[in-house]
Amino acid sequence: MLHIVACIKQVPDTKIIKMNPKTNTMDRRTAPAILNPYDAHAVEEAVRLRERYGGKVSVVTMGPPPAVKAIKKCIEIGADEGYLITDRRFAGADTLATSYAVTKAIEKISKENPVDLIICGKMTIDGDTGQVGPGIARRLDIPPLTSVNKVVEINQTERTIVVHRKLEDGYEVVQSTLPCLLSVEKTVNEVPYAPFPNMLKAARYKPHVWSVDDLDDVDIKQLGLKGSPTIVSKVWAPPKPQGGEMLEGNPQQQVEQLLSVLLDKKELFQSKEGV
Amino acid sequence: MDFKDYKGVWVFIEEKDGEIPSVSLELLGAGRKLADKRGTELAGILIGHHVKQLASPIFEYGADKVYLYDQPIFENYRTESFMKALLECSNKYKPEIILFGATSTGKDLASAVATDLPTGLTADTTELDVEEETGLLLASRPAFGGNIMATILCKKYRPQMATVRAKVMKALEREPGRSGELIEETIDLKESDIRTKVLEIVRETTKKVRIDEADIIVAGGKGLGSAEGFQLVRHLADTLGAAVGASRDVVEAGWIEHPHQVGQTGVTVTPKIYIAIGISGAIQHIVGMKNSGIIIAINKDPEAPIFDACHYGIVGDAFEIVPILMQQFKAALNREEVSHVREV
Ligand SMILES: Cc1cc2nc3c(=O)[nH]c(=O)nc-3n(C[C@H](O)[C@H](O)[C@H](O)COP(=O)(O)OP(=O)(O)OC[C@H]3O[C@@H](n4cnc5c(N)ncnc54)[C@H](O)[C@@H]3O)c2cc1C
Ligand SMILES: Nc1ncnc2c1ncn2[C@@H]1O[C@H](COP(=O)(O)O)[C@@H](O)[C@H]1O
Repeated sequence: MLHIVACIKQVPDTKIIKMNPKTNTMDRRTAPAILNPYDAHAVEEAVRLRERYGGKVSVVTMGPPPAVKAIKKCIEIGADEGYLITDRRFAGADTLATSYAVTKAIEKISKENPVDLIICGKMTIDGDTGQVGPGIARRLDIPPLTSVNKVVEINQTERTIVVHRKLEDGYEVVQSTLPCLLSVEKTVNEVPYAPFPNMLKAARYKPHVWSVDDLDDVDIKQLGLKGSPTIVSKVWAPPKPQGGEMLEGNPQQQVEQLLSVLLDKKELFQSKEGV
Repeated sequence: MDFKDYKGVWVFIEEKDGEIPSVSLELLGAGRKLADKRGTELAGILIGHHVKQLASPIFEYGADKVYLYDQPIFENYRTESFMKALLECSNKYKPEIILFGATSTGKDLASAVATDLPTGLTADTTELDVEEETGLLLASRPAFGGNIMATILCKKYRPQMATVRAKVMKALEREPGRSGELIEETIDLKESDIRTKVLEIVRETTKKVRIDEADIIVAGGKGLGSAEGFQLVRHLADTLGAAVGASRDVVEAGWIEHPHQVGQTGVTVTPKIYIAIGISGAIQHIVGMKNSGIIIAINKDPEAPIFDACHYGIVGDAFEIVPILMQQFKAALNREEVSHVREV
């Protein structure tokens, strides 16, 4: 029986986000909150491993109360339990403070039902760092395996796992002891449409909701803004490029001008090897 | 924590097949500037097995010092072993700043090290500067899907750490014979202390597309209308001997595979010539190609933002312009006897 925990986050959909050009802040009303797309793959992988080896999938997230919706999405994918840790004292956390808080939640979950494997997404589309996963692993003192694009097998008697880690030009096959933490690529699996029974279950599901006071041995100084070594000092709109010279005339004339630009660099066209 | 104890700028040097990838050399270039501004030294930290000979190129690309861990346990990159070496070295010599490439290895290692130290870590930096007086690192990066830039500081902890994107910093000219101080360290680590094992490394046999190494890129966008229309881009690329790039929308439409995607969620490229055809010029695309030598844009919409980002622009229909261009280019080649010969 495996107990797998997937770490997930609710994020604003940065694809359709609108920025307020005056303040350079995000206009939250225009940005619908979604389950971080990479985390859907993390949950899906956990569910697949449960189907292969038996066990249970829990998801955990730190976020504001509406993050319940992201947990429900995970139940649709097939997770069994969801935990939301939510508290004003978590607010403003950078990756170091986030990994601390999420670790405290996992430790608490672990007390009732020891955790064998933790799966994170490659990165969030708002934080966009990929740092939280390895951070959690270090805090729990378990090996982090990032860039995972395939889980080959789990050996429950030996307590080992074998995965593929993506490299620039291929992959490496790595074995680790359990428990460990995986950060998965999108290519690790495809997330199918949720089966109807899961959707029903998700609609009714009520996640466990914990505040800081529900967690054990928490050092308040390591939470939220106070526990975050990095601070955003300044935001600005990326500079608008100046623009170049427009080549005028009819197409024939435009091309002639362009050609003289290209032929200025003719050494580039000479040195090509024949293939 | 006494900040006065922390001195020097470090760059984590990656190694692959006995060579230093360009991202590490770029970081040495960037690190050199920071170190000079602070009046301090630049060091490379090199971890591996049989890698000692790489110390001299590190000096030649700008480092004053190299910290070296050369032991069998470092044969393959593993988070736990590399992290332990880097933590030990950092605690012993106390650098003010450590830079890593924002590569899968660099990010993996930096995240682990920053958690243990603990300190702040800024991801995917694209601009770096340092305050001369205080040594405060100003690490800037695109945020919220590239909609804004943000400068991140780490005021209360040392060392300050950042991962830095490839191809945005510039390596220095190699200075043959330039040398420095090699500091050889060893760490007491047994194989049984490490909980992961690399069983096998598989190099994909199909040749990977590396558009980031191309001198000339012809990139196409949604404006080409269809997969068939996109052939126009491939033909022009063939004619010019160029690599083929694409916008994300084209990749999502399935006209070409992801390794060809230029931009924030694709590859950052810096070719000598970049030709954008039927690409509107969204900010996420621009960040991936804006440092190219000459940028040429062909688009039928005179208002397309790509024209703000190019050196030369043609307002026109790609299906009209590009065939003329191919024909005239071939003619010019013959005329000028530019020998783009395909010898067999
Ligand atoms: C988080 C995030 C990450 C992203 N990452 C990337 C990334 O890495 N790379 C990337 O490219 N995009 C990325 N995008 C998407 C980006 O915002 C744009 O949607 C995308 O670049 C647009 O692609 P396009 O220019 O091909 O298409 P469009 O915006 O549809 O532009 C098509 C252009 O073709 C022109 N055109 C039409 N017909 C012709 C013709 N016959 N001849 C000439 N011109 C013609 C049109 O005038 C138009 O300007 C990202 C977006 C987000 C939110
Ligand atoms: N607030 C959070 N709660 C739970 N898990 C998180 C949170 N933030 C990040 N993660 C996990 O860490 C991964 C990397 O996030 P990031 O470092 O923000 O890019 C995500 O894909 C999640 O799996």
